[in-house]
Amino acid sequence: MVTPRMQQIIADAQPIGWVLEPFAKELLAHGKLTIPKGILTDSLDTARKFLAAAKHPVVIKAVSADIVHKTELQAVVTGIQDPEILASQMQRLLALKGCRQVLVEEMIFGIEILVGAKNDVQFGPVVVLGPGGTGVELYNDTAIRLAPVTPADVYSMVDSLGAKPVFEGFRGRPGVNMEELTRLVVTFSHLLMDLEPYFSSIDLNPVICTPDRCVVADARIMLLP
Amino acid sequence: MDLSCLFRPSSMAVIGVSTSHDSHPANVIYNKNHLRYPVQTFAVNPKGGRLNREPLYRSVADIEIAVDLAVIAVRSRFVPDVVAQCIAKGIKGAVIISGGFAESGRKDLQNQVADMAARADFPFVGPNCLGIYSPDAVDTFFLPGERIIHPKKGNIGFVSQSGGVLVDQMVKFAGEGIGVSAAVSIGNKACLRETHLIDWFEQDLGTRVIAFYIEGFDCREGREFIQKAQTCSKPIVVLKAGKTAKGIAAASSHTASMAGDYRVFSQVMQQHCVAEADTEYELTSFCEALSCYPKGIFGNVGIVSVSGGHGVVAADACGHHGLHIPKIAAATADTIRARLSPEIQQIATLDNPLDLTGSCVDADILTSVRHLSRDRNLDCILALLLPYSPGISADIGAKLSQVARNEGKPLIAYVPKEDKYKIITEGFELNRIPVASSVEGAVLMAKALKRCRPW
Repeated sequence: MVTPRMQQIIADAQPIGWVLEPFAKELLAHGKLTIPKGILTDSLDTARKFLAAAKHPVVIKAVSADIVHKTELQAVVTGIQDPEILASQMQRLLALKGCRQVLVEEMIFGIEILVGAKNDVQFGPVVVLGPGGTGVELYNDTAIRLAPVTPADVYSMVDSLGAKPVFEGFRGRPGVNMEELTRLVVTFSHLLMDLEPYFSSIDLNPVICTPDRCVVADARIMLLP
Repeated sequence: MDLSCLFRPSSMAVIGVSTSHDSHPANVIYNKNHLRYPVQTFAVNPKGGRLNREPLYRSVADIEIAVDLAVIAVRSRFVPDVVAQCIAKGIKGAVIISGGFAESGRKDLQNQVADMAARADFPFVGPNCLGIYSPDAVDTFFLPGERIIHPKKGNIGFVSQSGGVLVDQMVKFAGEGIGVSAAVSIGNKACLRETHLIDWFEQDLGTRVIAFYIEGFDCREGREFIQKAQTCSKPIVVLKAGKTAKGIAAASSHTASMAGDYRVFSQVMQQHCVAEADTEYELTSFCEALSCYPKGIFGNVGIVSVSGGHGVVAADACGHHGLHIPKIAAATADTIRARLSPEIQQIATLDNPLDLTGSCVDADILTSVRHLSRDRNLDCILALLLPYSPGISADIGAKLSQVARNEGKPLIAYVPKEDKYKIITEGFELNRIPVASSVEGAVLMAKALKRCRPW
């Protein structure tokens, strides 16, 4: 179901053609996906308080309508524990083009997975699953299924990947909690059917999977014109 | 939608027959049906007169009896009027051969015809197509009978977005001894599309497998195709063109067809148990295998051969196509060895692939296939039969078929394609056991069965 708040987020994003990360995450949270704890702020003070309250390191990200791909501009800083570094990096991000606020979030450690979607002309919404990160285009190790998917589809997707051993636990690292990943992908695929009139493609990259949960660490929703 | 008027008409009108050009498409269609098919055929041309001593009707309205099928081969701008006349006459359906519609920028003219037909509940194939070849019933292909190679009547329903590919595939089917229940070139598919033909072939008792040549789907049409395929009780095979960027450019200028992202197409087909053939050759193998075995397998293959080399070649091909060659149970090997003829008991290799050696006789092959069929580690058996061995008789095909039918596990045979081995091949095929003419072909048949799981 597309809630009024989801409608609002989509309508607000229409002029730039895509939904900025914090709002994309809010929309996904409305759709019952798990997102990291975080705040959107331009105040160093607020960011410092968030860091102090967090038991783990934090990550900060520039939020700008001019930055679709953050990696190229080093617009993401991970693993911040020191308030001094937080201050200097936040200052740097706020100076980037179009950046008025910064997203400060708890940092999650686990296996990076790409969960994506494409609104295919011939088939309508399809779900894409593969290993995540910044090199996804290089390897193109992905499985594609027509949405909505069943839990069995998610298992068959993982089964078809070259990176299957990573999902199962590779070289002593724990694997992905398949029940949680399945829940996320199935839920996401149903959300896609609701969003069919609005989106052209969606990247949840990465979704970070720990042994007990799968969290959408970054999200980008490209809208139909 | 009842399409029997298209596939099994009792009477047909061919509109656009020329008084001066014998090789006009309408003349070719009129002649072949009039002379060679059990359908009462009428030639129509507004000028009237006679053609080869038969009357030329000025309009379908002048035909004295009820007409099931109209074949329309007039210039595109006249098609709307002709369709209106057909509807007024009470003709049940049409094949519109004429080009000059969406494929050459006249989507408006095409829509005009499609809207009129939809209002009148008047199904048609085309425009811009070859139409329908329905063995022993009707043939609307405008290719002279002496030039075209017709496959025999069989159980494959074949639907193609390209007329040329359809004709070519018919040659390949005929070469492999595969028959068609009907072949349809759907052209611009302004009315009847793939999904309607799934419905038709599913209820058609003569069809066991439905095969498609697809260049692309219209907006969201792929989803409709999949939804239909998913509930279809018969296996569906597709051959996709427009896989590469260059292919896509060719497709969009061809039948005004949109080729989309190939990876989406391929994986969505696989998700829904539609067997995608990579090549025309694979399409032929898939059709033959699935017409015998509609149920799925996991892909655990047992191989029996009378030559070690052939077993290795088959095992390699299985690996290449994602099939497994599991170890067979020790009990299976023991049972087989105990029953082998004394000449080979010590020399036969009973690891998968099994090598019975050139000294084996029919009974050894029957024993091996029988007990491999009972091994739970396997869900498909390949028998590589080289009739050069003196111990193999001409009856091996029929005998082995009985074993396979009794055991109920899919058996696929390889027999070299030579006239003198035809009795072996027929021994299999008449008992509906598929036979490949190469080792690779046999492996492709097993691959076809892996399109879905056994349940």
